[in-house]
Amino acid sequence: MSQMPVTISIHGIRKIFGTNPALDGVTLELSSGFMHGVIGPEGAGKTTLLRIILGLMKPTEGTVEFQRGGERLDFEAIRPSVAYMPQTQSLYPDLSISEHLDFFKELYGIPDDLFQEKREELLQITRLGEFVQRPAGQLSGGMYKKLGLMCALLRSPAVMLLDEPTTGVDPISRRELWALLYRLLDQKILILVTTAYMDEAERCGRVHLLEQGKLVATGEPRELLAREEVRSFDELFLKRNARS
Amino acid sequence: MNFSSSETHDHETAVEVRNLSVRFGDFYAVNRVSFSVRRGETFGFLGANGAGKTTTIRVLCGLLRPAEGYVRVAGVSFDQGEQAVKSKVGYMSQKFTLYDDLTIEENLSFTASLRKLDTATYMRRRQELFDFIAFDRPLNTIVRDLSGGTKQQVSLAASLLHDPEVVFLDEPTAGVTPASRSRFWSLIRKLAENNKTVFVTTHYMDEAEQCDRIALMREGKILALDTPDGLKRSIFPMPMLEFDPKEPLSFAEISEMATHEVFMFFEPYGLRFHASFRSEDGWEKVRPFFEEKFTIRQIKPSLEDVFIQTVESEVA
Repeated sequence: MSQMPVTISIHGIRKIFGTNPALDGVTLELSSGFMHGVIGPEGAGKTTLLRIILGLMKPTEGTVEFQRGGERLDFEAIRPSVAYMPQTQSLYPDLSISEHLDFFKELYGIPDDLFQEKREELLQITRLGEFVQRPAGQLSGGMYKKLGLMCALLRSPAVMLLDEPTTGVDPISRRELWALLYRLLDQKILILVTTAYMDEAERCGRVHLLEQGKLVATGEPRELLAREEVRSFDELFLKRNARS
Repeated sequence: MNFSSSETHDHETAVEVRNLSVRFGDFYAVNRVSFSVRRGETFGFLGANGAGKTTTIRVLCGLLRPAEGYVRVAGVSFDQGEQAVKSKVGYMSQKFTLYDDLTIEENLSFTASLRKLDTATYMRRRQELFDFIAFDRPLNTIVRDLSGGTKQQVSLAASLLHDPEVVFLDEPTAGVTPASRSRFWSLIRKLAENNKTVFVTTHYMDEAEQCDRIALMREGKILALDTPDGLKRSIFPMPMLEFDPKEPLSFAEISEMATHEVFMFFEPYGLRFHASFRSEDGWEKVRPFFEEKFTIRQIKPSLEDVFIQTVESEVA
């Protein structure tokens, strides 16, 4: 089930809140088949960038363009193939894990057989199998995150935007979620994640480093680290902090 | 439930738990767990999501009645009433326990009244705690307008207002930046210096590294309990190696290596891999083969390695 690859071109995005620029002239090309990692300190503009890409927020200046197979697309045309997982998710506290999956199946109109297969796969990966009857309101922070991700993954998206999907998730589930994302990447989709984990940043195909609303570095992790003369992103951050 | 053994209680033990079980219907959230925490110790509670960490904490804070077991916190057992326990402990839950619509001052004075502090004590404690967290924002700031890191510090102050002997912090640093996390941990160290007992859960292994001792939990049971170094030594008796690929590797190549019989452990970490072998002899035989593809150096195992090896092997 391969889909035509999608490209997102972000050009000269500025976003001003009051007098503060949250984003200050970001130009970036995101192509399919890569795991794109947006990293940077708190308040760097990561979430704002995601929200602008999704059309949830209008930029003060600049444009976001979606293309499929070289043709420009309206956001409305691509919307059904975009999955978004916000940092703080609104799930239904009274519905169980199982009920959430049923609900999103109906909402997205997923056929029964496909749904069963996806449901089992996702429950296995997230290890939530024995908790399917537990209401979302009684899940731990990490389990709640995993449920949100499962709901987003029920569809087969062409574009996935994930805002800190692994925050509060234990080390093993974190690895499993990444393995899952890599498997999805085999279908040549476009994945964009924000993360505070530097080992995760290193595993991205492309890393985009935001600082105070500006894109200060972008590229393949190894090249980027070599250019900055550091061994890891942890070191890169320490070095940049020391400089500022 | 309590076989009142107060004579044996010594003042150096802050938390004592024996054969604790908590059941929800047929599901054992906590299953015959025993451990104790020394006074002034920073005790880390680690485990997969849903392992029973929060449930254990809720029992220790007097919020949940166990099905079985003996629990004593700061010299108080449940037989003396839950209120007696509550006055000795502070609790910062996973979700920040501040009211978003109230100011910092309103939040703290509300907490003070719940804790039945008189005005003079409250004012003194508030000042002490603001000095402690080095807080310099106006007190009439609405909590919603604070950054995650600042909220978390004010939350901590609120949980310490009544000067508890033991403080339970349930994932206090989830969702805040690395800089805020390191600031928060410098506060935890200061608490320990003041002989406070800190009981903390986290999914960040760099934080776990800073604990005096760590318990690793899975499915309601404690799998391992020791100092960070002790755990590393016992879980990985053989050296830990870092494999840095000379050329990018395909997924198939990585999978093949991960299952190679020589390794007891082979896991990706960022661009590199951490690996430990079963025997020195076995390793020496295959070493040249791997050295062609990787730059290899010996490292100390990380707690993340320990976590994965302990919790995973239990699954298998």
